Amino acid sequence: MLIEFIKKRQLRQILFSIAMILIVSLVCSILKTWLSYKGVALILLMGVSVLAMTFDLIPVLISATLSALIWNYFFIPPLFTFAIGNTDDILMFSLYFIVAMVNAVLTNKIRKAEQKARDREEKENEVKLYNTLLNSLSHELRTPIATIIGAVDILNINEKNLSVANKKELINEIGKAIARLARQVDNLLNISRLESGMLRPKHTWCDLTEMMHQMLNSLDEVERNRISIHADESLPLVKIDAGILEQIILNIIYNALAYTPEKSKICIYIEVLSGQCKFIIEDYGLGFPEKEIALVFDKFYRLPKSKTGGVGLGLSIVKGFVEALSGKVILENHQGGGARFILNFPVQTSYLRNLKNE
Amino acid sequence: MSKAEILIIDDEPQIRRLLEIVLESNDYKVSIAEKGTLGIIAAANHPPDLILLDLGLPDMSGHDVLKELRIWYNRAIIILSVQSDEDDIVQALDNGATDYLTKPFRTAELLARIRSAIRRNFGGEDKSVVESGDLTIDLTARMVLKDSKLVKLTATEFNLLALLARNEGRVLTHQYLLKEIWGTGFQQETQYLRVFIGTLRKKIENDPNYPERIITESGVGYRFQSSL
Repeated sequence: MLIEFIKKRQLRQILFSIAMILIVSLVCSILKTWLSYKGVALILLMGVSVLAMTFDLIPVLISATLSALIWNYFFIPPLFTFAIGNTDDILMFSLYFIVAMVNAVLTNKIRKAEQKARDREEKENEVKLYNTLLNSLSHELRTPIATIIGAVDILNINEKNLSVANKKELINEIGKAIARLARQVDNLLNISRLESGMLRPKHTWCDLTEMMHQMLNSLDEVERNRISIHADESLPLVKIDAGILEQIILNIIYNALAYTPEKSKICIYIEVLSGQCKFIIEDYGLGFPEKEIALVFDKFYRLPKSKTGGVGLGLSIVKGFVEALSGKVILENHQGGGARFILNFPVQTSYLRNLKNE
Repeated sequence: MSKAEILIIDDEPQIRRLLEIVLESNDYKVSIAEKGTLGIIAAANHPPDLILLDLGLPDMSGHDVLKELRIWYNRAIIILSVQSDEDDIVQALDNGATDYLTKPFRTAELLARIRSAIRRNFGGEDKSVVESGDLTIDLTARMVLKDSKLVKLTATEFNLLALLARNEGRVLTHQYLLKEIWGTGFQQETQYLRVFIGTLRKKIENDPNYPERIITESGVGYRFQSSL
């Protein structure tokens, strides 16, 4: 497969090189009245150099040879023969041939070296990303695990001395730590589904109002009380992968819950227009610095000086999932001071809801 | 009545141990199998009242265990599965599983499912009146009362509610509901179901946004819950 592809690509390059040399030669033959054959050599050489900038070695060598022959046959006197009249021209022809070849080989070498440098840089970046992930992950996973181990130990060792209230609090902490672990694991599973390309949306009819309320039910009461949903009473059904959509909105909400002041509101607006549905999620935190907005959807990106906790995966999952649903996500700051996420998805809608039922 | 017996078929020792503690402390008699083959033998030697079957077993697929058991075993089988394999769950329900739980599950939920599944072993579904808080569904008189007031339902709405209520506590898949209410050929028309569940909820739930009676099982189906 790969070999075939390379062959095809090379064949294309060879054909293109030949065509280009022929065209340049043709132009030179038109300009012949004003040009000496020595000037023609430089123009042809330039043609070869241009080809060398992007093409593989073999097509460039072929075009170098071809141009040398054309120059000899059509331009060096005596014309229309490969014979060359004087020593000067023989020298020039030989030099032309050598320069063209050296040119081709050198340019190719430079390009290869550049590619190698790029690869190395990419690999270094990958290692850096991987290290960032490991660091933040080990923090994000170990903190709740440490909480659980600690609480269980205290419950085991001091069982008799602990007051009922303290015991309850410890158990509560264990519960919270587990919820945090579960969120992290969900996100890791999500990112690996994205990376492996195994994310295949399953679009089924979905009642958005129901879905949103069900989603809120998965949050704890304090979190839930900060969120309000604004949607038309009679939203039509839409055909969408509700599971993926839920993960998108949950990730935006988790983000808002974590990085805006306690008790500040988060508003979700839902709108279904013909052929698309739109979600607007607004918080009342500080918003995002304008110059960081373009970066926040990058994997492992975290705002400078953001508080500890978090891996920087949430919003990159949002972006990946939105794209998996062929949607768009826009992030901006609104006038109330705070972030506004606008999500748009193309969907089929069903107004069956408005029919009378018997 | 003697203690109800439960057979656990699961390969994870921690989960097995946890289930054992929870079930024994709730007065069930527990037996254990860590492989599918062993589970089938254990069930054949001494048929339990209910089987908790993990879908991910080391020696054979949980689906195959389920199919083999269902050839002769007609009491409750509750499937345990990892989250987000909705297709797996639907397939297991189609193959005769009584109910399912996704890991991680809450203990209260586990116990409620087990109670309701064992109750149905003894023909619990032949009730003619189903009650759920202030809601009364009279299946023979085709009448629904909420807070002692008559609730007006269309024929389809009533049929849907009655079907769910008759299988109270049990999850019914979208396909099953569509086939029973609208007939074959409608199995893919899940939007019908969403619409009718929506209108039903407006009539019988206290807060249709937070339903307590008709519970959505995402990607799987719906469940009627009588105890609030």
